[in-house]
Amino acid sequence: MISHRVHRDLARAISSVENRIVELPAALRALAAHGHVPASHHSDVLGVTGPPGAGKSTLVDRLIEGLRTAGETVAVIAVDPSSPFTNGAVLGDRVRMQRHAGDPGVFIRSMASREAGGGLAPATRDAVRLAEAAGFDVVIVETVGVGQIELEVVAVADLILVVTVPALGDSVQTIKAGLTEIADIFVVNMADRAGANRTALDLKHMVHEGRRDIPVLQTIAQDGTGLPELLATIAERRGAEDSNAVRAVRFEVVRRARDAAASAALALLNSPDALAVLERLRAHDITRNDAIDSLLTIFGGPVHAH
Amino acid sequence: MPIKVLVTKPGLDGHDRGAKIVARALRDAGMEVVYTGLHQTPEMIVTAAIQEDVDVVGVSILSGAHMTIFPKIMDLLKAREVDDIVVIGGGVIQDADIPKLKALGVREIFNAEATTQDLIDGIERIVAEYGRDRTRRAAAHAR
Ligand code: B12
Ligand SMILES: Nc1nc2c(ncn2[C@@H]2O[C@H](COP(=O)(O)OP(=O)(O)OP(=O)(O)O)[C@@H](O)[C@H]2O)c(=O)[nH]1
Ligand SMILES: [Mg+2]
Repeated sequence: MISHRVHRDLARAISSVENRIVELPAALRALAAHGHVPASHHSDVLGVTGPPGAGKSTLVDRLIEGLRTAGETVAVIAVDPSSPFTNGAVLGDRVRMQRHAGDPGVFIRSMASREAGGGLAPATRDAVRLAEAAGFDVVIVETVGVGQIELEVVAVADLILVVTVPALGDSVQTIKAGLTEIADIFVVNMADRAGANRTALDLKHMVHEGRRDIPVLQTIAQDGTGLPELLATIAERRGAEDSNAVRAVRFEVVRRARDAAASAALALLNSPDALAVLERLRAHDITRNDAIDSLLTIFGGPVHAH
Repeated sequence: MPIKVLVTKPGLDGHDRGAKIVARALRDAGMEVVYTGLHQTPEMIVTAAIQEDVDVVGVSILSGAHMTIFPKIMDLLKAREVDDIVVIGGGVIQDADIPKLKALGVREIFNAEATTQDLIDGIERIVAEYGRDRTRRAAAHAR
């Protein structure tokens, strides 16, 4: 049984990692030290992603309702964007989920994306681990409203719902890389709007031509239409999906390799050889493209953008 | 680390213009603002304050119900053993009621005469003075 006190301790633990006061292991230990936490509890982590305003939060509210009815406890980590100009944020996902207040089986936490650019916040992953340690059966992660390439949620979630809405594009959008590749379930929300059948059909065709079997469902999150089918599909796929583990690992490896390469490049840019190249550029001795090519040669061979 | 503020509208009060202006102004001042929207019960407000682990709960009331709503919020915070989240208010609140609200533990009331800069400065000052976080308090002290 999750108590109000767990909420307070979990909330503080999330703040402590979010604000980099402590690292995750210390936060986990602090949480465990309060005694009410199962040693190594496992939660199923559900990712909910999709474009801005698609109805993700409203849908999450319905999912909470359905999961609670089935007797499961739910923690939600909902990310909204920080301003790149002031670092401030207005976190509004919670507005759609307020009716669960007072139910200790539901914990909702908003996070500002801060400096992260992948659709989550820097500490979202840690927050998920903390919610898991606090004993919640399901952890739902709502991303910021994403474009096609903010895919970090694959590194966090076991099962991913990609929420879209009618008439955002045509069948060409469905074959583009990115967002459509990370879906375990497609949800065409706002099925009360014109074009929902068309959008669902385009997605079904795309799925049919692909390698994985991805259900395409229609919902009206506002009134709950389609939710029983969605909940049943989630229940069926939970735990069964481990393809996401492979994707998550691949993604994480690419991300870390990219970060490491970027750090190395930055260090090399300060090397005497690189500074000499930049000096020649400054003196108009060489063109920009020449400078790029010589710097990349210094970094270990020419690399061409495509 | 940014100051985190809950901006909330309790009860039947539908005047949300001010609350939205406040949310935006605090955002532009670099704060992280959790906005709950309208029609919040004290239970919703206190639950959100705890789960979001905010520094400040900012309650906007223009309906005249402040003398019934603030006591309920303060009681519920006490019942949940939260004594380090600062509560402030704004909206249409008569001067005569302000001392009574402060006696309940509400730290500050910002009425319509307050400019958004007043709010920003006031919140920064109140957090530095009464906020829980020692590192932040120390930093504010050092300034
Ligand atoms: C605009 C307005 C409306 C609009 C609201 C639109 C909206 N979505 O917000 C409409 C027309 C819908 C409306 C309706 C009503 N209204 Co009206 N309305 C006003 C009016 C004229 C201005 C309010 C406003 O937006 N001000 C601008 C904002 C920016 O100012 P503000 O909210 O005060 O916010 C500032 C500060 O107070 C502070 N602040 C506010 N909140 C917070 C929160 C925090 C955390 C902080 C730090 C600071 C802070 O910072 C802000 C910036 O300086 C006021 C009169 C007045 N002088 O306030 C009446 C007023 C509030 N309304 C009133 C009434 C009676 C009503 C109705 C009941 C009328 C009716 N019989 O239908 C309805 C009720 C609607 C409802 N469901 O609640 C009365 C309330 C009386 C009372 N308190 O005893 C007032 C005071 C008018 C009066 N003198 O009689 N109203
Ligand atoms: N017509 C219709 N409106 C909906 C539906 N689902 C959600 N909405 C509305 O769409 C708006 C946006 O919903 P949210 O749930 O906030 O969307 P979101 O995807 O979480 O938005 P961001 O987090 O800002 O990206 C709200 O006004 C909802 O009430 C739906 O099925 N049909
Ligand atoms: Mg949302």
